[in-house]
Amino acid sequence: MSAASRRELLQVADLRTRLHTGDAVVRAVDGLTFSIGRGETFALLGESGCGKSMTALSVMRLLPEAGQVAGGTVRLDGTDLLALPEVAMRGVRGRRVAMIFQEPGTSLNPVLTVGEQIMEVLDRHTPLRGDAARRRVIELLEQVGIPDPVRRVGEYPFHLSGGMKQRVMIATALAGEPDLLIADEPTTALDVTIQAQVLELIRSLQARTGMAILLITHDLGVVSEMAHRVAVMYAGEIVETASRERFFSSPAHPYSRKLFDSLPRQGKRGANLAVIRGAVPPLTREFGGCRFADRCDFAWDLCRGTVPPAVALEDGQTVRCHLYSEPRAESGGRRDQSRDEGEARRAEGPASGQRSAVSGQASAPSLAGSEAQLLKVAELKVHFPIHRGLFKRVVGQVMAVDGVSLGLAPGRTLALVGESGCGKTTVAKGILRLIPPTAGSVRFAGVDLAGLAPAELRVRRAEFQIIFQDPYASLNPRMRVVEIIEEGMTALGVGGSGTGRWQEVDRLLGQVGLPPEAKFRYPHEFSGGQRQRIAIARALAVNPKLLICDEPTSALDVSVQAQILNLLKELQERLGLAFLFITHNISVVEYLAHEVAVMYLGRIVEHGPVEEVLNRPKHPYTRALLSAVPVIDRETKREVIRLQGDLPSPANPPAGCHFHPRCPQAMTECREHYPGVTQLAPGQEVRCFLYGSGETTAS
Amino acid sequence: MLAFKPVILWTDALIYVLIAVAAVFAWHVRRREHLLAPWKRVAHSPSGMASLVVLVFFVAAGLLDSVHFRPALEAKNAGEPVYSVDVLSLLDVVTTDLRQRTEKTYSAPFAAHLFAKETVEHPDGTQVREFPRLRFGAAHLKDPERELAADVLANGGRGVLAGIALWLAVVVGFTAGLAAGSRRSVSATWSAIWRGGTEVPWRAVYVALAVMLVLAGATVALAAKYHVFGTDKVGQDVLYLALKSIRTGLVIGTLTTLVMLPFALLLGIMAGYFRGWVDDVIQYVYTTLSSIPGVLLIAAFILMMQVYVETRPDLFDTTAARADIRLLFLCIILGVTSWTGLCRLLRGEALKLREMEYIQAAHAFGVSHWRVITRHILPNVMHIVLIAVVMDFSGLVLSEAVLSYVGVGVDPSMISFGTMINAARLEMAREPMVWWSLAAAFVFMLALVLCANLFADAVRDAFDPRVRTLRLEPAAAGGEAKA
Repeated sequence: MSAASRRELLQVADLRTRLHTGDAVVRAVDGLTFSIGRGETFALLGESGCGKSMTALSVMRLLPEAGQVAGGTVRLDGTDLLALPEVAMRGVRGRRVAMIFQEPGTSLNPVLTVGEQIMEVLDRHTPLRGDAARRRVIELLEQVGIPDPVRRVGEYPFHLSGGMKQRVMIATALAGEPDLLIADEPTTALDVTIQAQVLELIRSLQARTGMAILLITHDLGVVSEMAHRVAVMYAGEIVETASRERFFSSPAHPYSRKLFDSLPRQGKRGANLAVIRGAVPPLTREFGGCRFADRCDFAWDLCRGTVPPAVALEDGQTVRCHLYSEPRAESGGRRDQSRDEGEARRAEGPASGQRSAVSGQASAPSLAGSEAQLLKVAELKVHFPIHRGLFKRVVGQVMAVDGVSLGLAPGRTLALVGESGCGKTTVAKGILRLIPPTAGSVRFAGVDLAGLAPAELRVRRAEFQIIFQDPYASLNPRMRVVEIIEEGMTALGVGGSGTGRWQEVDRLLGQVGLPPEAKFRYPHEFSGGQRQRIAIARALAVNPKLLICDEPTSALDVSVQAQILNLLKELQERLGLAFLFITHNISVVEYLAHEVAVMYLGRIVEHGPVEEVLNRPKHPYTRALLSAVPVIDRETKREVIRLQGDLPSPANPPAGCHFHPRCPQAMTECREHYPGVTQLAPGQEVRCFLYGSGETTAS
Repeated sequence: MLAFKPVILWTDALIYVLIAVAAVFAWHVRRREHLLAPWKRVAHSPSGMASLVVLVFFVAAGLLDSVHFRPALEAKNAGEPVYSVDVLSLLDVVTTDLRQRTEKTYSAPFAAHLFAKETVEHPDGTQVREFPRLRFGAAHLKDPERELAADVLANGGRGVLAGIALWLAVVVGFTAGLAAGSRRSVSATWSAIWRGGTEVPWRAVYVALAVMLVLAGATVALAAKYHVFGTDKVGQDVLYLALKSIRTGLVIGTLTTLVMLPFALLLGIMAGYFRGWVDDVIQYVYTTLSSIPGVLLIAAFILMMQVYVETRPDLFDTTAARADIRLLFLCIILGVTSWTGLCRLLRGEALKLREMEYIQAAHAFGVSHWRVITRHILPNVMHIVLIAVVMDFSGLVLSEAVLSYVGVGVDPSMISFGTMINAARLEMAREPMVWWSLAAAFVFMLALVLCANLFADAVRDAFDPRVRTLRLEPAAAGGEAKA
């Protein structure tokens, strides 16, 4: 469409995929048309359930049993893949089109060595055999940046870390020298620093081999880093296609714009995030109009009655929206953007009006507010013994948390940031005494929780609660909402009894934005965002003062994440809650937190006010972590500090500073001692020899 | 004075308790809408309801066979009534004819002659070796060779018609009742049922009922004049044996499960939930227990128990009581030896569940261990328990057969599928083969176990909240809902 002269590699036209589930037919992909040129990265962007992965599987003809391609064509270099017999299709898969999946842990066979898995592809698609094949495997592993490939060939997947596994997956995909690589959320399961490595790798491989990439993702940041062209998918169809520059500078479709607006960011701290009301419509029904109409702020009668055509705007941008099908509407759409935000805010509820004023004040009291610390954690250690042998002798300790000190005042938010495996969640569980701490003290409102007897602790449990990451695992599927919320009240004896308690449940549900009827339903009847609301209501039921949020939004889509973040912010202002916010998502930290503590391998390496730490990071690890976060504004492009290797095992941390093997600025003393705390400013601390030795502690 | 003396055997008492518990549970559930809802969904499953109809017939036979008494004898001892040493059940009374019409030995189904040749002295004094006529089977026929087939068809046809008539009566009455309940006309209700438009799949129920009543009608009509399933070695009617076996099968299937469940549930969940030394102890116990050959343990236990029973004739005064206590102990020992499999499954499941975030959340509320186990873990393993129990049901009925072969199963005087199969086994090598005992046991067991399986499937589906998502349209309340 945009460049007719360019030879397209993959042309998908009017692809329609159906899923037969139970008695309803789900139109997972409904009339998809796009094309990918050679050497191009085409990003398919969309929220969960919009049909991205089904599109990829349809192209590969790897649909699940219940799936069926109902129409359309998929042409690869002119050959219609959908018309090929299965035998010929096997020659296409891996050879012409290769695919990498989201979860590196499960896409490698655990009983085959790395070499065998890659060899399998070579066997099928190349004439290489024996030593030649082996040499090729080593070459491929080298290409994807795996150190010491000769040794790695004979290793099993469990020897490798997540990032390494994903590299092996990429090597497997490259083995057939495909023309098109389909990457289905290739970095979603990885940490930001590893994600940066893998994205960099894919980019460099593309530059070298000139393959085209179909990148499937929900992450705008990844799209911005990787894509040449972007297609936004919504409810089974593409609503907007544009070049990356065009998409990020002037997104056209109301849905795309909402996606941008709902991203948390530092600049939006005072305000609410824009939310897309409602949910993706069930794909079981026929659509007579625009699929987004019910959630769109600009929708009018035409949108509900007529399916919008794909309108071509300048510079190859196409959009499926009535706003652009006639000149009047276009200007209207642009003009109304501010009105749109205003409406969204109004819809949020009466409290939002005063919010910005309140939070403006809230950030005024500085860290010196430590006089009334609600939570004071000192030198908390949680070690897990490693047992070996017949008599379960203790042969070592996994030092998951190794001397963490924190302070949190009422009404404040402290974000605990770090990669997976650094001990963030263990800190939370240690504070709540869900895991017994090995050493250190947790003083909550002046009482040391770590030393309390179980009975005394139970009485105090009402004051601190936790919200978990996965809203699907955190609610018992066999209990109704009312029983879930009542549970804590019963156990801790709050909220009266009988009808009084049910009124209380209604009030709590109202507080988190759910109707009272919800209480008689089971958790599975709710979407992820609603479930997270129920989990919040459950925690609030016992009137806690401290809420530990363990990655509460990482399992949710951006638009739903915005709803939950808005809710948490509102609750903090209304109830004066203190949040210990555990996350790896820096943009959430920017939006919500007052203070940040950065954790690396069981210890806090930097701690300070959010503006300081995020804008002027001191510790090399913090800097690397921040630089690895994919950003949307390419203008503020920064140098990515590439970290070597992976997070070491907490069972066997490196001597000296734990970070020194990966640190670009490591010095000799880093290898010998663990740096002490250096006070940079009141409330800002860093543990790094670059800023003086502090009181050095032996590691 | 009574014409009989009621006898409550141990297993009878346990069955009564079981029924009472079920009734209390039903009453409890009836009053709570959210507990009733899944059971209503069971009622919406056609296969579940159809198999329930068949199960009702089995359970009815089993229950009739669980009311025991000793009839009074004619003779009196100083004005005191004397009661027979034979303990009879209501089922025995209903099937008196079947029970008492014993032949000499084997005879095939619908046969007029015995299966073995005998030397028969004819009225004219000649002695001939031939298949003699049966005393009861087809005794009313003069020339069985010519009349038999027609007579069987005629009698069977009459039975079928009677069955259909009864079915019509029941169905019309029930439909009228339904119509009155829903304030619609009978014909409208009737056509709704046949179109499959009712919430409860009455059509499936009616069809299943029709099949059962037609079969029962034909059997009853034929059983009056023939041995429908033939006779066994001592000439007892195999149909009677099969009917009597139902109770034994049900008792072994249910009571053993009741013995096994507390062990498996409590120990399995405790091992997985508490881990540490509790887990170690429980694991050692069940590993040890499952390494001892089960048959050995059962044999030792049963033989010890037998000695105990025989040395105390005052406690167990009738053969029936002795056989019954042996059945009960068999159930107990089978339960004690068979909990390890389910226990291991539940331990694994509990290990997985204890890490679930909703359990962590419960801990954060200081919810006690007992409540976490009963409210969070137990309901989430019930589907495993249900499947395991139903699978075990057929396995237990079969293991009873194996144990009877070794001689440590039910008492030889007690009729069971196991004793039937065991007796038939010996005759399988015979030429021509005696197949009907085995066939009867097979048909009855198959029907029983298959229906139990289908019904349990329906129950499991109804209780799994995740299965429901596919069927229900997302409710409008709340605005956002996932399909």
